[in-house]
Amino acid sequence: MIEVENLTKRYGPTLAVSDVSFQVQKGEILGFLGPNGAGKTTTMRIITGFLSPTAGRVRVAGIDVAESPIEAKKRLGYLPENPPVYTDMTVNEYLAFVGRIKGVPRGELKKRVTEVSEKCAVADVQHRQIGKLSKGYRQRVGLAQALIHNPEVLILDEPTAGLDPKQIIETRELIKGLAGQHTVILSTHILPEVSKTCQRVVVISKGTVVAMGAPDELTARLQGYGSVLVTVEGPAPDIIGKLQVLPGVNLVEQVESSGTRVTLEVHTEKNQEVRADLARTIVESGWGLIELKSSGMSLEDIFLKLTTKDLGEEVAAHEALPAGGIEAESVN
Amino acid sequence: MRNILAVAGKELRAYFHSPIAYLVMAVYAVLCGFFFYSFTATYVVQTFRMQAMGGMGMPNMTINDYVIRPLFEGVLSIVLLLVIPLITMRLYAEEKRSGTIELLLTSPVTDFQIIVGKFLGALMLFGTMIVITFAFISTLFIYGNPSAKPLIAQAVGLFLFGASLLALGMWISTFTKNQIIAAVVSFAAFLLIYVLNWVTAYSSGTISHVLSYLSLTTHFDGFAKGVVDLKDLVYYVSVIVLGIFLTARSVEALKGRV
Repeated sequence: MIEVENLTKRYGPTLAVSDVSFQVQKGEILGFLGPNGAGKTTTMRIITGFLSPTAGRVRVAGIDVAESPIEAKKRLGYLPENPPVYTDMTVNEYLAFVGRIKGVPRGELKKRVTEVSEKCAVADVQHRQIGKLSKGYRQRVGLAQALIHNPEVLILDEPTAGLDPKQIIETRELIKGLAGQHTVILSTHILPEVSKTCQRVVVISKGTVVAMGAPDELTARLQGYGSVLVTVEGPAPDIIGKLQVLPGVNLVEQVESSGTRVTLEVHTEKNQEVRADLARTIVESGWGLIELKSSGMSLEDIFLKLTTKDLGEEVAAHEALPAGGIEAESVN
Repeated sequence: MRNILAVAGKELRAYFHSPIAYLVMAVYAVLCGFFFYSFTATYVVQTFRMQAMGGMGMPNMTINDYVIRPLFEGVLSIVLLLVIPLITMRLYAEEKRSGTIELLLTSPVTDFQIIVGKFLGALMLFGTMIVITFAFISTLFIYGNPSAKPLIAQAVGLFLFGASLLALGMWISTFTKNQIIAAVVSFAAFLLIYVLNWVTAYSSGTISHVLSYLSLTTHFDGFAKGVVDLKDLVYYVSVIVLGIFLTARSVEALKGRV
């Protein structure tokens, strides 16, 4: 439904977006995740035809946005970061105006305005001036505006920014409800939003795509950097020595020890299931296995790992030193 | 066309929902009214004096020549230099400031439709000012008998003069998010092209001819006298088209399509 190919955008010498490519299937909700200033808004603005790219192309429903912008824009609904509202208009006036310029037929205009106001829960303020509404209402008026011409594709730039927790949940439900009939791209720097609403995630950092996939998939793919936490009753150095040599284990680190109990963090290789082996080795050696759990990375960890790559590598290099083993010995 | 009207209607409503329309009309009405009153009063005093002297050897003083023409010549055009920036300053600057420019430029309407719509909206507000002017002038018909013919040329002239300024002011408004900057720069630019014909006073080369030709005033004099000259008509229409074209270029540049 949306095809983005090798998109690049330069502002003078600054590269805002560099060689970004991804696709969104019909009816899908794609989350666009990245820290502030990563290029999310720029990419979305290019998709909507507000900005033109330095290089690359965007197709919406098979229509090239640069070649036939009007046809593409008819199929697009867009909610920018700040809802584009005219503060001196009432909600109804505003939605009617947007409907007119978005090409809603005259006869259907009134019906559409009522429909979207109800859908976005702004019907109770329809005669109020937008300038006098709260941020939450304005945001929902913005969403109603994006929906007025019933577009196939919705581009939402941080749709839940500035809403209170209850409104955030309502907006998320609303967006989820749009999947199926609409194809949605939403950007956010808030992580739970992605795992809660999106079927697929594109993580963008410094203008480039650093990861792409379903939220679970992303977690799974990066599980390799993850680890197993194991609490054992027994002599720490022996345990570390024995576990260290198991296949699939990269490094064993002591996290804490109290009395005879030690908690170890076992770093594993990518996609290696070592928990059964760990348990067997510990039990067969006659130590007491107190607890064994996989400490899977949260989306938050992945996000940080991906978007602060340099920092992440530094930390990893530091951790790779044989400090774990030595430390464990010196403690005991 | 529907898109153009939708945008024009939106602009017009925005003027009347904010104090701008009322302020602009009030300022114009007060200034125009004062000038009108002064010229009329002077005329009345002069004609009484002439009658007292028996009118010997004096030219025939008509209302058209001594009230209406000076009103247009110089005076009203200067008021417009001041008032038009107030109308055009918000056209693009406000859309840029509030972010609604994103709504307009991502809607299935062409830039041209938006620009013409905005221009028409501003033109309609300016139209009320022409109506105010002629409301004053029409009182002359009650107490005197001015010739109606030159009024048509004068109305056309005032309309074209104002429309040219509107088109240029709209263009200037695309460069900033700040309405005050848009207004100040527009006023300065208008004043400059207004006085361009002054160069003929101290220079007589080709450049001074060209500059004088480019001056808005040069081409207004004919209309003020009640004469519609094709040359002047072409000049004003060209300026309007140029203003709209420059606005379109500037909006293109906003999209990073330089």
